Amino acid sequence: MLNSIKSFFNKNQKRPKVINVETAPLPEDQLRALTRESVQLTPPHFLVGCGQSVGRQREHNEDSLFWFNTTFANDYNDLSMGLFIVADGMGGHQYGEVASSAATKALSEHILKKLFLPVFGLSQDAPSDSLHEIMENGIKYAQNAVLTKAPGGGTTLTSALILGEQVTIGHVGDSRLYYIYPDGRMDVMTNDHSLVKRLLDLGQINEEEAKNHPNKNVLYRALGQSEPFRPDIQTTPIPRPGYIMICSDGLWGLVSDEEIFRIITSNETPSLACGQLVDAANEAGGPDNISVVLVKFI
Amino acid sequence: MGSVYRARDLHFPNVIKLVAVKEMINNAPDPLVRQTIVTNFEREANILVTLNHTSIPQIYDFFSRDDRSYLVLEFIQGKDLETILSEANAPLQEERVIAWAIELCDVLSFLHAHKPEPIIFRDMKPSNVMINQQGRSILVDFGIAKNFKTGQKGTMIGTEGYSPPEQYRGEATPVADLYALGATLHHLLTNKDPRLEAPFSFSERPIRSINPRISFELEAVVNTTLQYDPADRFQSANDMKDALLSVAKKTGALSRISASPLIKDQTVKPVWTFKCEDEIRGTVAYENGKVYCGCYDNNLYALDGATGEFQWKFATNGGLVCKPIINDGLVFVGSEDKNLYAVSVRTGKQAWTFNADGPIRSSPRIAEQHIFFGSDDGYLYAVNLLSNRMTWRVDGGSPIRSSPFITKELAYSGSEFGDFFCVDFRGQIKWRFKAKRAITSSPLVEDGIVYFASLDSTFYALDAKSGWIVWRFRMGKGSVSSPVKSENQILFGSADNYIYCLETVNSKEIWKFKTDHQVSGSPTIYNNAVYCGTADGTIYCLELKTGQMRWKFETGGLITSSPLIVNNLLYIGSSDHILYALYA
Repeated sequence: MLNSIKSFFNKNQKRPKVINVETAPLPEDQLRALTRESVQLTPPHFLVGCGQSVGRQREHNEDSLFWFNTTFANDYNDLSMGLFIVADGMGGHQYGEVASSAATKALSEHILKKLFLPVFGLSQDAPSDSLHEIMENGIKYAQNAVLTKAPGGGTTLTSALILGEQVTIGHVGDSRLYYIYPDGRMDVMTNDHSLVKRLLDLGQINEEEAKNHPNKNVLYRALGQSEPFRPDIQTTPIPRPGYIMICSDGLWGLVSDEEIFRIITSNETPSLACGQLVDAANEAGGPDNISVVLVKFI
Repeated sequence: MGSVYRARDLHFPNVIKLVAVKEMINNAPDPLVRQTIVTNFEREANILVTLNHTSIPQIYDFFSRDDRSYLVLEFIQGKDLETILSEANAPLQEERVIAWAIELCDVLSFLHAHKPEPIIFRDMKPSNVMINQQGRSILVDFGIAKNFKTGQKGTMIGTEGYSPPEQYRGEATPVADLYALGATLHHLLTNKDPRLEAPFSFSERPIRSINPRISFELEAVVNTTLQYDPADRFQSANDMKDALLSVAKKTGALSRISASPLIKDQTVKPVWTFKCEDEIRGTVAYENGKVYCGCYDNNLYALDGATGEFQWKFATNGGLVCKPIINDGLVFVGSEDKNLYAVSVRTGKQAWTFNADGPIRSSPRIAEQHIFFGSDDGYLYAVNLLSNRMTWRVDGGSPIRSSPFITKELAYSGSEFGDFFCVDFRGQIKWRFKAKRAITSSPLVEDGIVYFASLDSTFYALDAKSGWIVWRFRMGKGSVSSPVKSENQILFGSADNYIYCLETVNSKEIWKFKTDHQVSGSPTIYNNAVYCGTADGTIYCLELKTGQMRWKFETGGLITSSPLIVNNLLYIGSSDHILYALYA
């Protein structure tokens, strides 16, 4: 226990990979005691960067990403809002690209209409729907957009809606959203909706088999499928101080957690970090499209 | 992929003969692949035409034209099971489901016994089973359509939900059809759509935990069909049918053996009891070996925590329903006589009072040298503990019976007309929120989210800084129960008889426990267990993780407060005038 506490303070220590050891996470209050106090920015805001590349082996980029970020402050109150989306299209022909952009545009349009205008507009009517309802309806709207604009195509969709101190995450597919803390913790906040991940969770296959599994690319939940589905939606406090990273499997499947952590914490701005993350995925072969959005909370 | 048309067969111009025409579109770009698809389709259609079974629609014809192929088949009057289930919007009855299941086993057995090669249905799910006007189940969509699904390179989408794990190794076997039938039955008996859950997760949703009306026997049969390893399942449709038949016989003929609770009632004996002269509606407080209990007989009692021995009582001029609070040698309690009293814990004598304009039913909270409480006069008060004077009061618009929650710099409270508000320590309103009915439940703030229940049948999670709704959860009825939180779980009771346990981040139900009466009390968490009282006077002890009952104890009245647990002793008052101390 003492060693694990020490390691939180020791930023540069490389964490050895341990297999088959069960550890219990520290309780929340202990973690809080260990976490570095964040700097209060007035008014609150955050830094953002993004990166995208077609990769080295594909001809088309079927990923889409979206970044929107705003702050309002006056004498009486202050508020920041951010919306970040990564979508990884699939389905061959040109449909993957159409699907991912249709989904991204539909979701951002819905959220800006239902949330940004009521909250930041002149009328100042608080939205009547809950954040979860707005996110869920936005994803439904995105689903319809994919079915109409790209029949036969499909896409993943992972989004973070930051409002004040809370992040609402909407997620379908196998793109990922990470919470990354300066003490070295990297929490994957989303669950990959892939068959192989599920078999892995069930203990039916091991990591090695998962890497070479013939159904490696099969998703059991994605936008564009005709079967009903429900997106994963959750709201959690922002990781402060820390980072939110959203990326397609073109990044997380190729660059190790340790390397991602090193790049993110060694670059001064999220933009430079994203550039290096994309380079790292390409150097690892770049078999897939790469998209990444990084948000830094000081 | 294609459509089904209702059509009229014009070979018979003098009568109306309806048929179904299934259209399949061949959009493979490679002409060779396209040709293979058509050949496969025609081969399988030739097999289907020869099948003669009451649960299989008759095939009349098939043909291909341009990029489309068509199958002409018997038109079934009726509804498919998916429609029936969504119209019922509730689990279907065991008797009906068993009858269909036996018929489906029959037809699967017929298909699997086909010579020279067994026919695998491959796509058993509620939407592929029609129930005709005679109530008979009919399989409608044969795997033949699968030929028209073009393979894609790279990431693709697989349809999950009903299919067995081995399907992803490309194995289509008779046992796979039985797994899908099991998955279909699970869906019908629970009304939980497997397509909305992670694949192969049926064992995480035991049928009887969702629908206790289903018999153990039927649950066991369905569980067998849903085993991960094909070797652990029924090996043939006939085996499964036999198992279903014996369930039907057993549950139909024999009177059902009722499930006995883990421990019988009243094995829990109170350590001590103390009788007051009227109902005890409020939660008790504990400090330094003493419990403090307000009562409708107007008295505040101080008792020894270990023995229940009387120490002193303090008389007010009105009923006491709030939870007392102790600070710096003084115990504070609000009374329906409109006064807030500060009483010495040692002597039971009054130190000072503060007069509000209405009865005080909200439990006081202390922070920053102030005591905060609501009153039926509609105000939230902040009274300075040193000067004993009011620093400010905020108009909540209607009686405040909810107890305020105080954070580092803000106070939160609800009111009886459904207003919820957040004020800073200067008494200025930061935000307001309106529920449709009263908020008597006391809010809880953690990790920037404020949680509370309302009589409008909704449980709310609002952003504590802005008051926006993060999520809301519908209960069957309204609630006055105050939530408690443990790690990522939030728990509360409701007048719909349930105690709910939800995941805080996404409002998903982790479990719910059905009590025999409205849950008017608030839960307490202690040592991985939840303790909560109901309006029929029962106090339940449930496993925090699963919601399973450990024990229950019946008092003689109704319970409206939350249990207080200190040093393994649980203190709870009841409207039978008695304060109970139980081993937790």
